[in-house]
Amino acid sequence: MTPKVSVQGVTKWFGAACVLDDVSLDVAPHQTVCLIGASGSGKSTLLRTINGLVPVDHGRIALDGVPIDDPSFGRTGVQRRVAIVFQSYNLFPHLTVMGNLTLAPRRVHGVSRADAEERAMSLLSRFGLAGFANSYPEQLSGGQQQRVAIARALATDPDVLLLDEVTAALDPELVGEVLAIIRDLKADGLTMVIVTHEMTFARQVADRVYFLDGGRIVEDAPPDRLFTAPDHPRCRAFLARILAAGRM
Amino acid sequence: MSDPVPGGPGGPDPSRRPRPPRSRSGDWRAAAVPAAISAASIAVVFGLIGWWVTSAEQWPRIVAQFFSLHAMQVSFPRVLQGFWVSMQIWVVVLLATAVWGLVLAVLRSLRGPVFAPFRLMVVIYIDLFRGIPALLLVLLFGFGIPALNLPGLPNSGLFWGAVAMVLSYAAYVAEIYRSGIDAVHEGQRAAAQSLGLTEWQTMVWAILPQALRNVLPALMNIVVALQKDVALLSVIGVRDAVREAQIYTAQTFNYSSLVVAAALFMLATVPMARLADWVTRRDRARRLQVAG
Ligand SMILES: Nc1ncnc2c1ncn2[C@@H]1O[C@H](COP(=O)(O)OP(=O)(O)OP(=O)(O)O)[C@@H](O)[C@H]1O
Ligand SMILES: [Mg+2]
Repeated sequence: MTPKVSVQGVTKWFGAACVLDDVSLDVAPHQTVCLIGASGSGKSTLLRTINGLVPVDHGRIALDGVPIDDPSFGRTGVQRRVAIVFQSYNLFPHLTVMGNLTLAPRRVHGVSRADAEERAMSLLSRFGLAGFANSYPEQLSGGQQQRVAIARALATDPDVLLLDEVTAALDPELVGEVLAIIRDLKADGLTMVIVTHEMTFARQVADRVYFLDGGRIVEDAPPDRLFTAPDHPRCRAFLARILAAGRM
Repeated sequence: MSDPVPGGPGGPDPSRRPRPPRSRSGDWRAAAVPAAISAASIAVVFGLIGWWVTSAEQWPRIVAQFFSLHAMQVSFPRVLQGFWVSMQIWVVVLLATAVWGLVLAVLRSLRGPVFAPFRLMVVIYIDLFRGIPALLLVLLFGFGIPALNLPGLPNSGLFWGAVAMVLSYAAYVAEIYRSGIDAVHEGQRAAAQSLGLTEWQTMVWAILPQALRNVLPALMNIVVALQKDVALLSVIGVRDAVREAQIYTAQTFNYSSLVVAAALFMLATVPMARLADWVTRRDRARRLQVAG
């Protein structure tokens, strides 16, 4: 079966720093993979290359077997089918929740206002945010804002959702509401690539876990194996540090 | 609001929140005494200066030259008419400056390599027009271009003088806009691009609305400054308030008409300045709210 997302030998330099070094990974349709690794290991950069936000220097990224820079995707095709959610929500503060969710469908994909709002409302109700359609982001809690950000990413009906430490900026009591949504999306069969420091969560939802170190994938395995019996000494050390910090 | 997500919000019931403390009435009384003392000392100082000036030998001449009621009455209709012209110029120059400045700022803020030549041109433009005194530009354009009698172009000094004002002011306004654009968080750009917006759409729908809100107070100050600086156009013979007042002065050797023009400008700029203050205060309150 063609993988949904295929990353082959991707290398990325920022100036003199090699941030991604010959990275390869495949994500099958409806799979959830988690990326873990120390700060600066290149997790965010890898996510951003997958939806074309960061151009790569070498290697190939394909969606359903088609390279993401293929003209058949059109001007905005990759972003339409691969959506990303950031740690800091990055909602548009001058737009209401509804405005945030309908901006891309209306302005980029030419969806009518009525249709865009209908889809937005169904996403908001699903995420328990139906009452906030006309609120501005600053009037919401962090957890609510992050749920809106996930809804915004799903508003264009993407095939793949990339989540970059979406709970890292949240107060502990708000983390649960966001993770609940992600579990829900997994149950729906959405293909997801998740960068997270929530190891317990990663273990529950991931079909496969990739450990990045210095821009390289040094170990990948199903979660039960990677978290209980990691092979690579760097991965063992990383997990030991996480364990010591009480985050697993 | 249904909230099926676990750990969802259950905000505090607002009706059970304690009320904010009422500001105590003693506050203004405590403030009244020092305020009264300083007001009294200011009154004494300025009263003395006023008495000293008005008792001077030349004072009646000063009154006759600058504050002659008769001269004011006679010159008033023409000065008022000129003032009306000034305000019309102000509105037109203001709108043109706002639009042209925005075009410059946006061109300078677009990032693609395609836009590099535009960015360079804007930088040169801004250096050029900020470096030349506005008065000089008004003279150059207002006298110089009509003298060329260019076919197909308007020939009025007023038109070209106004163009000079717009070109000069837009250089400042563009820099204000740009500071607002730069102040928008980088994450906003990433979010817009990740949603598939082009660079142009990102600018229009995500960046500019926030940037304009950021710079509104600074722009208001330009609005007020421009309101009186349109008087520069009088040097090329535009019959605005200053020009009309000068004509009267030249005929009668009495300066009261200029005082009338000054009063009219004050009447227009002071409310605008208060409006600018109000916009600034509201903006600060909004920022505090967001930050808190
Ligand atoms: N736009 C950029 N320009 C230059 N260097 C960058 C840029 N983005 C990231 N880097 C560098 O690339 C390296 C990897 O960054 P990245 O954000 O991908 O790490 P990360 O694994 O997501 O870390 P964290 O867990 O802290 O989010 C870091 O050393 C970072 O400083
Ligand atoms: Mg990161």
